[in-house]
Amino acid sequence: MNEEKIIKLQQFAKRVRNHIVPMASDGGCFLGASLSAVDLLTYLYVDHLNLHKGNLKDENRDYLFLSKGHDVPALYGIFAELGWIEADRLKNHLSTEDHIYWHPNRNIPGVEFHSGSLGQLPSVSIGVAMDIIIRGGENRVYCVMGDGELNEGSCWEAFLVANAYKLDNLTFIIDRNNFQANMATEDLIPLESLVEKFESFGMMTQRIDGHDFNALEKAFSNIKGQTGAQVIICDTVRGKGLPSIEARADRWFCNFSQPEIQELLVELNEGFGANLVAETLVVR
Amino acid sequence: MMTYEKLLEKTALEDDRFIVMTAENRALVRNLPASLGNRFIDTGITEQTMLGAAAGLALRGRKPVVHALSAFLTMRAFEFTRTSVGIANLPVKLSSFIPGVLSDGNGPTHQAIEDISIMRGIPGMEVFAPADEEDLIEMLPQIWATENPSYVRINTRPALLKHKPYVFGKAEQIFEGKDCTILTYGFMLEESIKAHQLLSDLGFQVGLVNIRNLKPFDGDLISKLASQTSCFITIEDHFLTGGLFSILAEYLVKNQILIPTHSIAFEDRWFKPGRLAEVLIHEGLDAKSLVEKIQNFIQK
Repeated sequence: MNEEKIIKLQQFAKRVRNHIVPMASDGGCFLGASLSAVDLLTYLYVDHLNLHKGNLKDENRDYLFLSKGHDVPALYGIFAELGWIEADRLKNHLSTEDHIYWHPNRNIPGVEFHSGSLGQLPSVSIGVAMDIIIRGGENRVYCVMGDGELNEGSCWEAFLVANAYKLDNLTFIIDRNNFQANMATEDLIPLESLVEKFESFGMMTQRIDGHDFNALEKAFSNIKGQTGAQVIICDTVRGKGLPSIEARADRWFCNFSQPEIQELLVELNEGFGANLVAETLVVR
Repeated sequence: MMTYEKLLEKTALEDDRFIVMTAENRALVRNLPASLGNRFIDTGITEQTMLGAAAGLALRGRKPVVHALSAFLTMRAFEFTRTSVGIANLPVKLSSFIPGVLSDGNGPTHQAIEDISIMRGIPGMEVFAPADEEDLIEMLPQIWATENPSYVRINTRPALLKHKPYVFGKAEQIFEGKDCTILTYGFMLEESIKAHQLLSDLGFQVGLVNIRNLKPFDGDLISKLASQTSCFITIEDHFLTGGLFSILAEYLVKNQILIPTHSIAFEDRWFKPGRLAEVLIHEGLDAKSLVEKIQNFIQK
């Protein structure tokens, strides 16, 4: 990937983060969880998927299922930047007058399916991938999952079925930010060694830096021509882009005051640390 | 003779929206892999993944007809049915095998006697319980024609009578009777028909309704019968909670209809497993036991 393209993607991702941060007040959002997925989602929507404003309902489009529903501020920030929704609409976050809340809603253009109940979309993705294969389609299906989500047994059931049906058009993407809700994954239900686990399920597995656009491009170019479903584990940082909340168990769901939001925006854009006094742990 | 499997095969061959799925329960669909090819999908013993994948197939325009044993179809996969199928209101058609007492010797793990209660709680879900294979074949084309999700208690036992044509959402009134009217569904129509005969022989005038649909519920018929019969008696192989008795009570209260109403159902317990005929006797659901209970209700 050339330098110019990388800068373009980095600038896009920064604009998306600028959309996300204000949603972490006046009711709040899953800020830390959402920021870890911004770069990988930016790469997919801007540079990889066969998906644009004109083909959102076309049966030959690529499908991206956001199983990790908490990432929805990142998703909507991307849709706003792509012009699929008005950027002003993000101000409706948590308003009953709109459909923008803590988990995805299909009434928002670009959202393929609702999520929030973890471990459901791997199997929904399987159904879509199966139908594309039955119809002889060339399009692909991507399912973005959280690492904590892998606690759910239904994920592993779905991996067995994906392998059995050799769904070569299906890619599971793991946002490996090392935290689930209020705990480090390895301190609660250890997941490692993840590569070996996925490979033992028969899936071609890659592990990359999920904030590195070069690595993302390389990994997604490797998935073509495989004989079954694939996995890309994206090592990410919870809260990426805001050092004052990065990689912290207690900055998952955040509800900051307006002055704190202003400080966070300064931190995001100019690099100064924000002075945060809001409650640090909210269990949901 | 038309069977469930032949009807499903015919429907799927005529309309390629239909996909037949099973969580490795092939009793009803054992010959379909050969005729449907890749539109037959067996996900193995994975009720959750089957329902999720069915939602995905329906998102692409398909109508999946999914098969599993009733207890696991309704309960193991419940959240997938409620959340992935139900919230999106996708036309996934659930075929539920061995519901109610038809699980005979399996034991409580396999007893789906809360299935009506559970499935009707999902907004948009349609719930049906045909009385026998003839009734099933009569009803299924209309059930599968809708664009809503549906749950069907599958019952492939032979019919004891010639059924009337099915009108979607409408119950089948088999007999009229001023002394009482039996309301029942699914397998329990068999014993209810026998009980009706015995009660007629004793001189009672007993009405009998094959409910057919638990949701939508044929309230119009209930309103009409309420002025023509002395009491309602619901008979069901289901927990008392949430099934036909509850549905009837909800309807009567909502419409402020006052009529004595009695129930025969499982009251907060599972039934004793065994051979079906013996289960019925043990649980007081055979025709003879029903007659005794109904006589008591009428004389109250």
